[in-house]
Amino acid sequence: MKDPTLPETIQLGHGSGGIMTRELLDQIVFEYFGNPLLDRKHDGAVLDIPGPVAISTDSFVVSPIFFPGGDIGDLAINGTVNDVAMCGARPRYLSLGFILEEGLPLEAFRRVVQSVRKAADAAGVQIVTGDTKVVEKGKGDQIFINTTGIGTLHPGANIGLERVKEGDSLLLSGPLAAHGMAIMSKREGLEFESEIRSDTAPLHEIILALLDRFGDKVHLLRDPTRGGLASVCSEIAGDAGLGIFLDETQIPVDSQVSAACEILGLDPLYVANEGVFCAFVEPGIAAEALALVQDHKNGRQAALVGNVTAEHVGKVVMRSTIGGTRIVTPLLGEQLPRIC
Amino acid sequence: MKHLTEYRDLEATQKVIAQIGKTATRTWKIMEICGGQTHSLVRNGILQLLPETIQMIHGPGCPVCVTPADLIDQAVALMEKGVILCSFGDMIRVPGNRMSLLEAKANGGDLRVLYSPLEAVRIARENPGREVVFFAVGFETTAPANALSVLQASKEGLQNYSILVSHVLVPPAMEGILDDPFCQIDAFLGAGHVCAIMGYREYHPIAARFKIPIVVTGFEPLDLVQGIYHAVRQLEAGEYRVENQYTRAVTEEGNTAAQQVIQQVFRVSDRKWRGIGTIPNSGYAMRPEFAAFDAEQKLDLQQPSESRENPCMAGAILKGQKKPRECPYFGKECTPRSPMGAPMVSSEGACAAYYHFAHQ
Repeated sequence: MKDPTLPETIQLGHGSGGIMTRELLDQIVFEYFGNPLLDRKHDGAVLDIPGPVAISTDSFVVSPIFFPGGDIGDLAINGTVNDVAMCGARPRYLSLGFILEEGLPLEAFRRVVQSVRKAADAAGVQIVTGDTKVVEKGKGDQIFINTTGIGTLHPGANIGLERVKEGDSLLLSGPLAAHGMAIMSKREGLEFESEIRSDTAPLHEIILALLDRFGDKVHLLRDPTRGGLASVCSEIAGDAGLGIFLDETQIPVDSQVSAACEILGLDPLYVANEGVFCAFVEPGIAAEALALVQDHKNGRQAALVGNVTAEHVGKVVMRSTIGGTRIVTPLLGEQLPRIC
Repeated sequence: MKHLTEYRDLEATQKVIAQIGKTATRTWKIMEICGGQTHSLVRNGILQLLPETIQMIHGPGCPVCVTPADLIDQAVALMEKGVILCSFGDMIRVPGNRMSLLEAKANGGDLRVLYSPLEAVRIARENPGREVVFFAVGFETTAPANALSVLQASKEGLQNYSILVSHVLVPPAMEGILDDPFCQIDAFLGAGHVCAIMGYREYHPIAARFKIPIVVTGFEPLDLVQGIYHAVRQLEAGEYRVENQYTRAVTEEGNTAAQQVIQQVFRVSDRKWRGIGTIPNSGYAMRPEFAAFDAEQKLDLQQPSESRENPCMAGAILKGQKKPRECPYFGKECTPRSPMGAPMVSSEGACAAYYHFAHQ
């Protein structure tokens, strides 16, 4: 669909705050995000939220912006929704900031905005305030998005690093590395029998169901995005002053994803996920919690992958498929592929 | 991915480890040549599972570890001149005398991290106004693709593509290690990927001359323990032959098409190995007819500077004379975050492998 007053690409004027900005907002942004709060077109939104409130912010700079299984739009919603959910809260309102690069095809922008809308609806959150800026060509990379999310804390939630205890079970809600490998396969032009798709998905419904049922027996929730499971576990082990043991044979990884990791020399433990969480729970509820997660469509392949131990304090140790053990260190910089 | 699960099988691997334990009647020191094998030994926790009689010595087969610092300096200098420098990912954090490629990128250099040199040819095609250089490091494994990139660029008549050659060869390094009077190695695990290209004909004279078993070995846990088992069987029987454990990928003659491509573009030459020094006939250089694609000849490169004093004991580590933990800087001043030497950088470097994975 073409709009008579809009050119085919984003221009600097679209970020000027003048008429072009208004045209862009009216014809694309407001078209998809009409709601009473946003429709006031005020500088900000006034929200009436019962406390306590959880808040989280995240910026999204993924390249390519469209990838198998999703795009930067749904990623920007699900990523922040999940961060709020990991606090033990129900995400309710989101802010949405776009930084667009001059020359971006308008159609691409429209697709992303549609996708934002769809993901926000699916997650049951409202976009209540936003911003659009345009930078000169070469000063950005098509689209950057920032979202901030606010949610109300679940009354039964008591989530915190200090609550992680020796003996806690580590539950992983799904197979690792799908998001990172979907991006890498697209960048490297790898093709498999079936396409590797990003796992981007909102996780708050599973989290809230866990909290409804088990309350404060859920000690800590994290979504292993950048840096993967290895980095999250290393961070927790170091900060909590405990050891974490992982069992490689229990960690789910889809076979195509595993194959792509082998080809590119990457370790799935370090690859980004966008639709997976890990939960440290009391050992007594581990089996029931696992069954509950597996009942959800985004948790079918959940598994108990390890536990917290007083041994090897500050370190993550993994037992390999052949029964040896190794240390799992956090990701240093970018994960670099091996060359032979 | 049938081979993956098959060669990572707990029962099969432990069965072979038990056989090694039963067969070995004394201590044997076995060197795995290839950094990929070191990585797998440590990553899968195989070192702790082996009987005490087997001591694995980690060899020099980590290409980025043995690439001289002055070549990194040359690559950095090229980036500073505005060249598009293309490199494998492993290379970019390795410290040169001045800085690493990644630091040069942060300073404004144009660095592209690639999986294949043919992508660098594409970049040259798409940027006719700019000079594009591929940093061609590696053993015999990466040589065919690097050579192919030169043939492709030549075929297309590209005048803005060249490669900075830093190719090293495995057999001369093995001989160099065995010639060392302090060498204590009883057997070698040959590098499976290198042999997939080159075959293993050239290993027969080495096994005979030094009376040492050489077992061409793969990279999965079961491959490695099988390779070790074959070596121990030979050692216990007083034999010294070339054996091939990695039959699913390696034949005696190797990949002859790949060898032809290598020979067409490269000739054997002396090479300097970082931490070890110059080894005669231990690398590849560009043949004169492809000089136009040789960055060193084509672009006015600075003469390699003398490497700075560095207390890193990479040489002793790469020759298997020292274990990473025997270095006083290991895990203290020297970590993957601030590496003093190359073996701490590459995931195939012995120091990085120990730092990342080994906890005993």
